Amino acid sequence: MEPSFLFGQFLGGLTAAMFLFLIASGLSLIFGVLRVLNFAHGSFYMLGAYLAWQIVRWVGPEGEGFWLAALGAALGVAILGAAIERLLLRHLYRREELYQLLFTYALVLVLADVAKVTWGTGQLSVSRPPSLSGSLQLLGITVPHYNLFIILLGPTIALVFWLLLQRTAIGRVVRAAALDREMLSALGANVGWIYTGMFFVGSFLAGLGGALVTPTQSIVPGMDVAVIVDAFIVVVIGGLGSFWGTFLGALIFGQVLAFGILVFPGFSIFAVSALMATILVVRPWGLLGRPIR
Amino acid sequence: MTRRVPWTLLVALTLLVVPFLGSRFYTFVATDIVILALFATSLNLLLGFTGLVTFGHAAYFGIGAYTCALLMKELGVPFLLAWLAGGAMAAFFAAVFGFFCVRLTKIYFAMLTLAFAQIVWAVCFKWNDVTGGEQGLPNVPYPDLEWMDAVPLLADFRVGDKFFFVALVLVACCFAALRRIVDSPFGRILTVIRDNPERAQFIGINVRLYELAAFVVAGFFAGLSGALFGIFNRGVFPDFAYWTKSAEPLIMTLLGGMGHFWGPAVGAAALIILNQQITSYTEYWPFVLGLVLMILLFAFPGGIVGTLAGARWRLRRRPVTLPKPASDPVSRNA
Repeated sequence: MEPSFLFGQFLGGLTAAMFLFLIASGLSLIFGVLRVLNFAHGSFYMLGAYLAWQIVRWVGPEGEGFWLAALGAALGVAILGAAIERLLLRHLYRREELYQLLFTYALVLVLADVAKVTWGTGQLSVSRPPSLSGSLQLLGITVPHYNLFIILLGPTIALVFWLLLQRTAIGRVVRAAALDREMLSALGANVGWIYTGMFFVGSFLAGLGGALVTPTQSIVPGMDVAVIVDAFIVVVIGGLGSFWGTFLGALIFGQVLAFGILVFPGFSIFAVSALMATILVVRPWGLLGRPIR
Repeated sequence: MTRRVPWTLLVALTLLVVPFLGSRFYTFVATDIVILALFATSLNLLLGFTGLVTFGHAAYFGIGAYTCALLMKELGVPFLLAWLAGGAMAAFFAAVFGFFCVRLTKIYFAMLTLAFAQIVWAVCFKWNDVTGGEQGLPNVPYPDLEWMDAVPLLADFRVGDKFFFVALVLVACCFAALRRIVDSPFGRILTVIRDNPERAQFIGINVRLYELAAFVVAGFFAGLSGALFGIFNRGVFPDFAYWTKSAEPLIMTLLGGMGHFWGPAVGAAALIILNQQITSYTEYWPFVLGLVLMILLFAFPGGIVGTLAGARWRLRRRPVTLPKPASDPVSRNA
């Protein structure tokens, strides 16, 4: 095998990993603080993609409208997520986990049909923004600028979030909420709004991931249920609720997918599920997570 | 006042009448209900009786369906044998996967069951030579039902109606077995584990072993139900093991009421009839299902049976048999 081919596979895996990181980090943040496994996270990702397409259509495909669309889509999804948490989900916190799981599954069903009614069932696509439409020769392969941007964006977002969580007052409160919500509430913090805020941020990341993926993949119904399982796998590999764990999980997932195809053709979807099962058997709290309760 | 109505018998007899109505559609719906009621009830052995939330029950449904269909279609194995083999294969995989799953608790248990189900789905989806891959296995044959022609009354029925009788009898046997399991000392220990795993451990119950046993039994019956469904559906497809299929019996169980033995069966009937009604008006059935599910979660967490039992209690102002055992087997045995 040519080294340039292997490098191409590596870069492909890296790009896929960064998209997955965007989605899975939101899922992991929400789980880390709220202890809710959000099946609807994939639906938020899908809505982000459709909204981005819609906004690009409104502002016109030429020029840099794509960036506006990505940001607008992410914000729209974030507001929707926060509203759902505030109005509905919070009434289920005292119930068993099953009720919360099924509530988010009900959202998956409803949002999938809302998207079908609004945008139809055909494939939609968005073109790359002109500023990143070029490509670059790197070690004998052609890499689109857009993919490079995504590869750089992933670690940047990871660093920014890590700094926010570790170095700011809000980050301290959020970390405290993940550890002991009763104590935090007794100390006078408004835990209810922290939860809504986390849902806002988590949904923002899902929406952003969906919007940014549109230039590389077509938007189709069913992308919601497909992506959520991948995001679960990433989060489980890294450790539920662990931020850097999610980053590591996404990197591993991307590479297993890219190179799994070479080792076992056709069985790469099998390989990642098997990896998730192995991690859960050997180290249920994930590579970088902590055992909880 | 013990004026007990033999509901089980009445329902079984009513179902027996369905093919005599002469409508292909009614028989179709009734077969669907009967088979999926078994699937949902097998799940409830874990969910309602042992307190295990699994998100991968479709794996065993799919394994049963593929095993039975392959044996019948490729090897010409007689139906009854292939059907039992479907259940046995599902039970075998439930034992292997369950061995690992019962070591985890709560959300991790649910995630691992989901992971194993995804593996099963991926294998069904990609192993073209055996499972037919994405295309599945179409044209699964009906069992040989010619012997029914010798039976008076049954000779003139269509093959779909004959298969309904077979499915009804087999599922009724499964329900009888499940009922016995739930009422047995074994079933009682499962409810002890559900109510308080630490205490169960403390009085010397091997919690993991019992959970594994429940997992295998649930897998077995899910496999039997899948095997019937593959024949009824005239084909087996990878979707049978996909994670969204695992959500179906969860919804049925919740709709019917997971605290009751018959809850999931009632839920299956309600869901399938609702589905038939809604899909004749609109293609957006998932939207309606999502709304129904939300209303249930917020307003009727006990499901249909739980709500009816509660209403009866309020009407009569006297206690009815509660979902949880009124006497506490732990203190009695201790």
